[in-house]
This record gives sequence, structure tokens and C-alpha cells, in this order.
Amino acid sequence: MKPFSREEMARKAAHDIPEGWCVNLGIGIPTLVANHVPPEREVIFQSENGVIGMGPAPAEGEEDPWLINAGKQPITLVKGASFVGHADSFAMIRGGHIDLCVLGAFEVAENGDLANWATSVNDTAPAVGGAMDLAAGARRLWVLMEHTTKDGRPKLVERCSYPLTGLACVTRVYTNLAVLDVVPGQGFVVREMAPGVDFDMLQAKSGAKLHRPS
Amino acid sequence: MINKIVRSIAEALEGVRDGSVVLIGGFGSVGQPDALIEGLIEQGAKDLVCVLNNAGVGRVGVAKLMELGRVRKIVCSFPRSSDPVVFETLYREGKIELELVPQGTLAERIRAAGAGIPAFFTATAVGTPLAQGKEAREFNGRQYVMETALRGDVALIEGWEADRWGNLTYRGSGANFNPVMATAADLVVAQVQHIRELGELHPHMIGTPGVYVDRVVQVDRGAPWV
Repeated sequence: MKPFSREEMARKAAHDIPEGWCVNLGIGIPTLVANHVPPEREVIFQSENGVIGMGPAPAEGEEDPWLINAGKQPITLVKGASFVGHADSFAMIRGGHIDLCVLGAFEVAENGDLANWATSVNDTAPAVGGAMDLAAGARRLWVLMEHTTKDGRPKLVERCSYPLTGLACVTRVYTNLAVLDVVPGQGFVVREMAPGVDFDMLQAKSGAKLHRPS
Repeated sequence: MINKIVRSIAEALEGVRDGSVVLIGGFGSVGQPDALIEGLIEQGAKDLVCVLNNAGVGRVGVAKLMELGRVRKIVCSFPRSSDPVVFETLYREGKIELELVPQGTLAERIRAAGAGIPAFFTATAVGTPLAQGKEAREFNGRQYVMETALRGDVALIEGWEADRWGNLTYRGSGANFNPVMATAADLVVAQVQHIRELGELHPHMIGTPGVYVDRVVQVDRGAPWV
């Protein structure tokens, strides 16, 4: 078995983004997606803190301290970029103007429910950020995550056990073992598996029923 | 003659009372009014409710204000950072309240307050613990929860330039919560790095019209501390 690396997961997601989409990338593995969009394809990256047209990370020593992304990392701008304040940035998100949001997750349920902000309702210091706004407002939501937790528990589940971020919002999941669509009324449909992974093996590592593409 | 420029931080913060709801701009350290926060520490107001996106880093600024026991509650979307030790400790010990609000709902609640809208419905947080106890309604077949406007007694914000009318420009990603917070408090205080002559700022460049701003103080400081 040869699982997809994080870079490969990001590359797969990046190649599935068509030209012209406005995309918001969550903190963590999703950030890598921007590095893999083919250079001839124009995709606009939005950051919640009011940056539309985010470019790659600056070279060391070239950072502009007034220019950061939602993960508070220094960024650059592309030609055509613009700034807005938070109210307008989130109106853009909540008003359905973001074609795609890519987030990490603790769990994704077969009905598309997402849990990615807290592992308990009694977290010592809960933090939600913009995840719930993106889950409710983005036109599509893809998740990039490991297929199981570090101790081997499935992250694809029938019903989320962690506090929810949003209802029936996830449309596709890229894991280190497979790419799956979340199809309303059906559940997880396997689109691709990593080299050496077969359907039964994937099913055994998943907490919900998987479907073969029809 | 309209002149909102004051000469000192102390003058800028005059009249901030105990128990105030204080809106604090910034996202991370960019656009965060550090000098005004330091001034608030000096000024002495306590029992504050701070409305802000982040809960401070290390032991400076907002974290210091909290450590000094001057903050009763924060209304915040992301009270987590690389070094959120002060907030986490106080929260664990039950010494500070937290009202956790999704970031877009936070911005919109402030926007609503500034626009005279007492409440609104949003799909954000539907079906999650943050919607519990809130009025829910269905519109066009989709569920929404009601959120109420969030107004401050004071807003502390950072701009890049200002003129004597209180018109403000912003720099880079430094607008973030500042322009919306400027619309939603009884006393709006802005720190800026540069004062310009009236008429020098191009009307299209003004991010916050001076109508919203009560006091402006110029501070010499460098780049935000990232």
C-alpha cells in the first residue's frame, strides 16, 4: 500500500479546481492546495481577513508585515487582488460568492455533516474562527484529511460524534487513501484509491458504508 | 472647525468607564490598535467586556489587560493562538467568561449594530452547539438562527492615515474588523501612523468616513508585530 502524501492530496484537489473559481483554503493541509494549481489556470484565492487574490508565500526576507492570511502567515498578492474589511469578506462567504472552500476535519458523516472545530463541547478554550460561516456559505466544501486518526479510528462516519461545524455541507473528501464524493441520499462514493488500496481495505478503515461508483 | 485629532493616548481614552463594552479591531497583530490597548491598561477601566477576534498572544496587549483582571468577559471567534496562555489559564480557572461567536456572525452582529438593525437570521451555526437556545426560523426551505446586534460603548481601532475630520485609510490586510467596528460604538477612537491635511486623502481611498470617528491619535510605530 502506498498512501497519498499530503502534497499528493493537495495536488489532486488543486487539479480538480476549474479556472475562474474563487476559493477559500482552511488552515493546515488545505493551504498546500494553492501551490499545486497549474500556472496557466486562473483561480482566485480568498482569505477571510479580507484578501481576495492571495498569492504564494513570500521569499524569506520579503515578508510584508501588513499582509497576512487567515492563518496569520505572511502572504503575497497576485495582479488583480483587492482588500475588503471583515463584514464584506464574510458577506462574500455567507452570501454564496465563494465557489469552493477546502477545510480539514475531525470527522465527516455520510450525509455531509462536518465536525472540525472542537473535540468536545467542554473544550478548555474552544475556538471556531470562520469555519461555520464557510460551511454554511461556500457553494461547495471539500475536506482534506487523513483517512483515520493517529490511533486508527475512522474519520468517515455514519454520524459525527464531535460537535458539528455545519450540516450536510461536505461534497468531496480527499484522504491519504482515497478520493470520495459525498452524494446526497447515497453517502460516500469512492472515486479513486491510492496505489495498493482496494475497496475492502478502504471499507475496513471507514466508519460508514462506502459505495462503488455506478 | 472640525478637529478630531487629540494629542495624547490619555486624551484619546478619556471617559472610558468601568463595565464598558470595548470593541477592539485587528486580526492577529495586523490592524490591532496596540498603543490604545496599552493606553487602556494605563487608563485603569475595569470589569470590561472586550469584543475581538483573537484573545491576545503572550503577556502583552489584550493578554496583559486580561492578566491584570480587568476583563470580565470576551466575545471572540478564535481565542487560540501560538501562545494564548493568559486567556486559557483564566478561562480554565473560571475567572473570565467567553462568548464564542463564529467570525462572520461576529462581524455581522457588529455591522447590524452600526446599521440600526437589531437582529438578523443566518444559516451559520445551524445544527451546531453555537445555535443552541437561539430562535430558529425557516425561509425558502432552509433553517436559520437569529443573531442580535452587538454594539460597543467604545471602539478602539487602527488606521494607516487620518485627517482632522477623522477620515481613515487602511493598509494591506489591516482593515479587517476596523471599519465595521468604527460604525458600532458610542466612542470611536482610532490610532494612525500618519496625519494628512484635509483634502489630501483621495475620497475613494477613505475606508472609514470621519462621521463614524470621534478621536484620532497619531502614534509612531513600525510594522505590526507578526
